[in-house]
Amino acid sequence: MPADAQITVRDLRLAYGHKEVIHGISFDIQRNEIFAIIGPSQSGKTSLLRCLNRTIDFTPEARVSGVIQVDGADVRKTKDVFALRRKIGMVAPLPVGLPKSIYDNVAFAPRCAGMTRKRQLDEIVEQCLRQAALWDEVKDRLESLGTKLSGGQQQRLTIARALSHQPEILCLDEFSIAIDPVTTMRIEEVLKELRQNMTIILVTNLTQQARRLADRTMFLWNGEIVELDRSDVIFSEHPANRKTYEYVNGIFG
Amino acid sequence: MSTSAISKPVEQSFAVRKAARPVWAVLGERALEALIYLCGFSAIIFVLGIFFFVFKEAFPILGRKLFSVSQFLFSEQWYPTSEGNKRYGVLAMIAGTFSVTALAMLIAVPFGLGTAIYLSEFCGSRVRETLKVVIELLAAIPSVVWGFIGLTVMSRLIVKYTGAPVGVNVLNGAIVLALMSVPIIVSIGEDALKAVPDSYREAGLALGATRWQLVWRVLLPAAKNGLLAAVLLGVGRGVGETMAVLMATGHAVHIPHSVFDSVRTLTANIAAELGEAPANSDHYHVLFLIGVLLFMMTFVVNLTADLIVRGIKRK
Amino acid sequence: MFTETPLVRRKQRQESLAKWVFCGMAVSMIVPLILIVGYLVARAWPSLSLSFLIDVPARGMTEGGVWPALVGTIYLVVISLAVSAPVGVLAAVYLNEYARDSWFNRMINLAVINLAGVPSIVHALFGLGAFVYAARFGYSIISASLTLAIMTLPVIIASTREALASVPRSFREACWNVGATRWQTIRAVVLPNSISGILTGVILQVSRAAGETAPIMFTGAVFFKAVQKGDLFPYGLREQCMALSMHLYTLSTQVPGVKESIPFATAVVLLGSVLFVNATAIIVRSYLRSRKKW
Repeated sequence: MPADAQITVRDLRLAYGHKEVIHGISFDIQRNEIFAIIGPSQSGKTSLLRCLNRTIDFTPEARVSGVIQVDGADVRKTKDVFALRRKIGMVAPLPVGLPKSIYDNVAFAPRCAGMTRKRQLDEIVEQCLRQAALWDEVKDRLESLGTKLSGGQQQRLTIARALSHQPEILCLDEFSIAIDPVTTMRIEEVLKELRQNMTIILVTNLTQQARRLADRTMFLWNGEIVELDRSDVIFSEHPANRKTYEYVNGIFG
Repeated sequence: MSTSAISKPVEQSFAVRKAARPVWAVLGERALEALIYLCGFSAIIFVLGIFFFVFKEAFPILGRKLFSVSQFLFSEQWYPTSEGNKRYGVLAMIAGTFSVTALAMLIAVPFGLGTAIYLSEFCGSRVRETLKVVIELLAAIPSVVWGFIGLTVMSRLIVKYTGAPVGVNVLNGAIVLALMSVPIIVSIGEDALKAVPDSYREAGLALGATRWQLVWRVLLPAAKNGLLAAVLLGVGRGVGETMAVLMATGHAVHIPHSVFDSVRTLTANIAAELGEAPANSDHYHVLFLIGVLLFMMTFVVNLTADLIVRGIKRK
Repeated sequence: MFTETPLVRRKQRQESLAKWVFCGMAVSMIVPLILIVGYLVARAWPSLSLSFLIDVPARGMTEGGVWPALVGTIYLVVISLAVSAPVGVLAAVYLNEYARDSWFNRMINLAVINLAGVPSIVHALFGLGAFVYAARFGYSIISASLTLAIMTLPVIIASTREALASVPRSFREACWNVGATRWQTIRAVVLPNSISGILTGVILQVSRAAGETAPIMFTGAVFFKAVQKGDLFPYGLREQCMALSMHLYTLSTQVPGVKESIPFATAVVLLGSVLFVNATAIIVRSYLRSRKKW
């Protein structure tokens, strides 16, 4: 096993009922790298993330086999699945503001983890909202309802929530769909800062975004890894696989 | 766009990573979840228990020598307490239930659907809210109060205006039952009409149809499943109603020949005789068997209606 | 620019005719109700007074008030809902939030929904066989209350489930993603946002428990019981009791020579209480709905 791999996936298979969507893939993710997963819709990218933080458990007809290890521990055998989910921050593509105040939205995860001291919660709320590029817009109205924000604001709120439990691994699943390009750039700057303290997995349909941010990129197509390499190779003129070149340059998919 | 506000090397103390829930919170949550599981299972037990219990108490009569299911269902001779000639035929009561319910539906369905159409298509939103509240209150009236109304108010009106010999009869029960069933027909019917997509209405209006033509030619056919379900639920209500028909239809156990005859429905019969049937006697068991029959009838009706209604809501 | 052709005029006439016909149908449902309630109040008037509520029946029930029946109904409603509301709400939480989607649970769903439509006399049969005889509680408030509890349980489960299901799944997923346990999710997001539906469902069952006659007639409600005027706790749990709904039934069918306004007044008291409780539920529901958070 490579020395610094934080996440190792071996022969992962996922099926919904009788339909297999991930066909036995294996790869590693290094500590503190930004790892991009690109590929057309329905290739299994989101399902892969859900296997990682075990939210796949909430889909009754899903069956998982294979091994996913985080820091050496098998994710499917972990005793405290909630601690696992706190270790992994998840930003879903569609913005969701919980029907609580903005403050409570961000303080929710720390409170669930057992933190109660107001000073600490205040600090975490401010820090996460700043990192999500939302603090300036909402700092005077932290008590207003999270569901009343605009779509882009709610997506940043989702990011703030994902950061609020200080994850070691941050997964962003097409986070920029509901956000304007300027704000997207701000958040991309934040991600570059955050990688000092966490590993970042970036699932995206925007190949330019992956090119900008990621150290390594994995091209997933129809539940199989087409190619996995350093980003400067994937996005160059001569990636190892012809399909990669075609997808990146918009010739298909 | 400067991000210097957050670009200080992140001085997180990782407090959340080290936080842990207090033991009492974890144990309290486990206890609460155990309670939830317990309630879930006991509800399941009660629900299944009712089915089994009623069937179990009815069962003994099936084995008795002088009992036959065909006589039960098809004979109109009901003499459960006679010394020498015990007969357990419920056909007269089935006829009673059927006649009262059918006549009630004949009255309730047109008015109920008409009201549903009015609520859904024709009236303004304030009128609609008021009307819906009134109908909801109508639905809340207890059945014994309806029975009382039938016994006192309706029976006098019937005797006065139709010259019938006695005021408690099929007609009385049907009117009372109609008023009781209308709210459910209106409520489910309105749901069914609301479920028809607005695009149908817009298409019709674009073609120049009046609202009436829209209703008659487009909406009613489109909503017919839901409207059928509404009627079925009304029927289920009618078949299962006890006190109101007990008080409003009289005491004669015979097949009615006119709407002015007194009858007794299946439900009313159980209510009238259960008090006098000694525990575990044949009479007792056969009353439970009538209960089983009622159970099955309402089960089928409600199940059918429910399947249709769930089909609508899923759209 | 648009002239009124004969066709247009005819369509307009058709339109208003249809509107008035349907309006008439709606109104013809309401008008008899108002007339009937008015008639009831009018015939009840001579007997309606505060003392009617507090007095006990006298002279073979031909005179007096309804106090024992009123108290009995309150006992029955409070005890039966103290059992069925918590069990029903928690059971619905189990079924909607914890139970896996299996054939068994779908069957349970079906059973709950169908039980909600069962005739009240069948509940009476169940109560008689199960609580009065099998459990040996005899004819008592316990038997009657438990019968009412079983009667209201399925409807509370069904209405609570509907309220819980109205909370979008996306909220729950957002909570799971940050490591919240099932209960934390329920307490933080699901319950607070379904409380209006749950509360309404429970309050509506209060009025149903107060109004039903058949289930209590054979399990613990009784024709007459000697009670002190104005006594707040006249009944022991193993005793039988009087109840408003049963009282109305016996007064109107089994007591000859009663002063006529008394059964009418009893009906008015019962009807008034039921309508009052339902109106409260409707008000609570619209107040909570207006504060909806998404």
